[in-house]
Amino acid sequence: MSNVTRHVLSNGMVVLLKEVHSAPLASWWVLYRVGSRNEPTGITGASHWVEHMLFKGTEQFPPGYLDKAIDRLGGSWNAQTFIDYTAYYETLPAEHIELALKIEADRMINAAFDPEEVESERTVIISERQGAENSPGFWLGEAVQATAFRVHGYHHEIIGDTADLDSMTRTDLHTHYKRHYMPNNAIGVCVGAFDTAEMIQRIEAVYGAIPAGDAPKMFMRPEPEQTGERRVRIERPGAAAFIEVAYHAPAATDSDWFKLEIVNSILCGPDSLGGGGIDNKTSRLYRALVETELAASVDGGLTPTIDPYLYSIDITVRAGVDPADAERALDVEIDRLRAGDVTEAELARVKKQARALFAYSTERVTSQAFWLAFTENFGSHTWFADYVANLEAVTLDDVKDAAARYLRPQNRTVGWFIPTAGDDDEFEDGDDDESDGDE
Amino acid sequence: MIAATPTYALPHSGNIVRATLDNGVTILVYENFAAQSVVFTGSLRAGAAYDVPDKSGLSSLVASAVMRGTTKRDFLGIHAALEDIGADVSVYAGGQRANFGGKSLAEDLPTLIDVLADVLRQPTFPAAQVERLRGEVLTGLQIRQQDTRYRANRLFSETLYPEGHPYHYSSRGTVETVKALSLDDIAAFHAAHYGPDAMHIVIVGAVKAADAINIVRDAFADWRNPNQPSTPPVPEPAPTAETRRASVALAGKTQSDIVMGTVGPSRYSPDYQAATLANSVMGQFGMMGRIGASVREDLGLAYYAYSAIEGGTGRGPWSISAGVNPKNVNLAIDRITDEVRRLVETPVTPDELSDNQSYYIGHLPLQLESNEGVAGTIHNMQVYDLGLDYLLHYRDIIAALTIDDLQLAARHYFNPDALVIAVAGPAENGV
Repeated sequence: MSNVTRHVLSNGMVVLLKEVHSAPLASWWVLYRVGSRNEPTGITGASHWVEHMLFKGTEQFPPGYLDKAIDRLGGSWNAQTFIDYTAYYETLPAEHIELALKIEADRMINAAFDPEEVESERTVIISERQGAENSPGFWLGEAVQATAFRVHGYHHEIIGDTADLDSMTRTDLHTHYKRHYMPNNAIGVCVGAFDTAEMIQRIEAVYGAIPAGDAPKMFMRPEPEQTGERRVRIERPGAAAFIEVAYHAPAATDSDWFKLEIVNSILCGPDSLGGGGIDNKTSRLYRALVETELAASVDGGLTPTIDPYLYSIDITVRAGVDPADAERALDVEIDRLRAGDVTEAELARVKKQARALFAYSTERVTSQAFWLAFTENFGSHTWFADYVANLEAVTLDDVKDAAARYLRPQNRTVGWFIPTAGDDDEFEDGDDDESDGDE
Repeated sequence: MIAATPTYALPHSGNIVRATLDNGVTILVYENFAAQSVVFTGSLRAGAAYDVPDKSGLSSLVASAVMRGTTKRDFLGIHAALEDIGADVSVYAGGQRANFGGKSLAEDLPTLIDVLADVLRQPTFPAAQVERLRGEVLTGLQIRQQDTRYRANRLFSETLYPEGHPYHYSSRGTVETVKALSLDDIAAFHAAHYGPDAMHIVIVGAVKAADAINIVRDAFADWRNPNQPSTPPVPEPAPTAETRRASVALAGKTQSDIVMGTVGPSRYSPDYQAATLANSVMGQFGMMGRIGASVREDLGLAYYAYSAIEGGTGRGPWSISAGVNPKNVNLAIDRITDEVRRLVETPVTPDELSDNQSYYIGHLPLQLESNEGVAGTIHNMQVYDLGLDYLLHYRDIIAALTIDDLQLAARHYFNPDALVIAVAGPAENGV
């Protein structure tokens, strides 16, 4: 991703600009260096809840006003909370991007946190968690994450624990907001149809006067090295068994990260870069698990993160199959890779796939701006521009070395979701009458 | 205030290149050299409308099964041809048509189209592969049986449309019907319905139009299928006389999903645009419209609450969906019913009309930003006979709608005392 201008305002706010003139659009992102990793026990879920509260109005823009203002212009806006960050964006017709600049400057410091809105949002967020709880994958993911991380803030789900969602106060949330939302803890990114010099002036005009704050200390408790395989088992009503195997993985800025990205491509197929993924039916694990009818699907995921996080493999076990059989087949493939049986042809293929997926990810200004903000947060915006080149540099020896070091049983957590008895008859019938599953 | 028409060129008859082959295949190409990728999207007349009730899911299984082996490539060969170059092709059955889509780097378009032609024209349905696929489909259906949103949607459709109506059934079929489908069923469906008549393919990306047309012509020009039956008409469902409520209880769930509504317009209905704008007022505009404001914001009841119109060839549902805590199910249903009544009985305000007109017109650039967005829009223009200059007229079509048009459309489709309501959630409360 070339042609990026990096500019730091006098209050410490980092600004990245990239002109793209293929459509009459511009996307403005503001990313704060705060995510669920920064939440001590008792306020888990605070970052995500704060994100919701930033849609609940300020004095300048009362609740609901902006939903309509953005739609009226034909734009879109949203936000996302992740383990490492909270980010907000608007994508608008380029001539209206000023509105986006004003919205984010305003709510950086002026969000109201009206007590009634806080209470109303408590119900919404608990409802969001309950919606996730309807899916077996959520229970399994939460348990695996908590088992893999005992100390580091990566141990809890972004949505937070129900106990904290029940008990957190308006003061807890507002304190979290004031501690982390300030220009010197923010990254602003604009991609689209504008003139860079003019856009810098406009950003200076809107953000320059916001005072810097006391930069928050990163809440950081390093995770001790794991010294033996950990296992966790969830038993709940469900339709199928699931397995999640999660290995501790390197941070995004570690050169090992790209080696493991290649490992994942070979095992599970390439990661989508936000422009849409491709199938993974020729990946090693698909062939070992799905073609052999042990599993209905298999997916892998390696996320670029500030601190070492997880490389996860998710398996949907086929009905009637013992999860132990699926796990054994997985281990055979992991052992092959650790022994170093990857070929040059496989490596070349992975690199070609990466070039294609990278091209898909550059079609939208929203996606390009996201990548600049996201990668600047854990290192530098050049991380994404260099993504393909960094993969190109990985050798067969690198792949073997990374697989041997990271894919050790002692470095992993294995989670099983086991559907409890009592639902099987229903599946055999497949009927949809009102008595279904009523226990 | 209505947003100005964008100055950037919209896709229209002057920059979309269209070619029609003798066998009925229509090719539409829109050049875009902003990224290095190319996409295609298209369809042929082989959707769930051609399924019979006791074989529901057949069109869907056939669409998946074509990717399992051809006279030229086995399963691994098909997927290696695509995945080796980071490309993707998918075929899936919709209500009326079997749809296909794909993408690759622009340099790989010949391979992409070669694989597409291979799987559409000469699949062999190898028995072992079909059984494997069937197992995956059955696992998926069983997982969906435990998904409250899926179950609420199914129950809604089954209650809204009578047995025998194609929209009563899931295009995916049921565990029972999918188990019973034979290899002969699959081969026969393909032989009858996959063919060039009224097949459309749209290509968008970093490729010259003439090159793209030649690639498609070489792959499809000699395809013939004289047996393709004509499109069956979608029957008109009888109007509902009173509100009907159905529910399903699932163990181990913590949230209830509600789907409620009525039979909406088809894409061809004269009041389709008026209905979609009325729908936008009710459950889309400004974070899910009036329903979002009432159910999500005022009451804090739901994580999501919105309304949607699914008008296709036939009259699809006009529905409102919400996910709520089980104890709030009845309150949410009451509030949603109030909003339906308001839409029918009280005219929308001038501000609401102009806001929603601006939204529809102003959203075009975002919709058309990606290759996939452009391809999908052109494909819709072709399937529903909207004309290649539809986007040029779009602003005028939307701007011409009046407050009366919206209310008449709402009244035409909705009777607030005769709604179909479906709920799926835990057994304890609300269901």
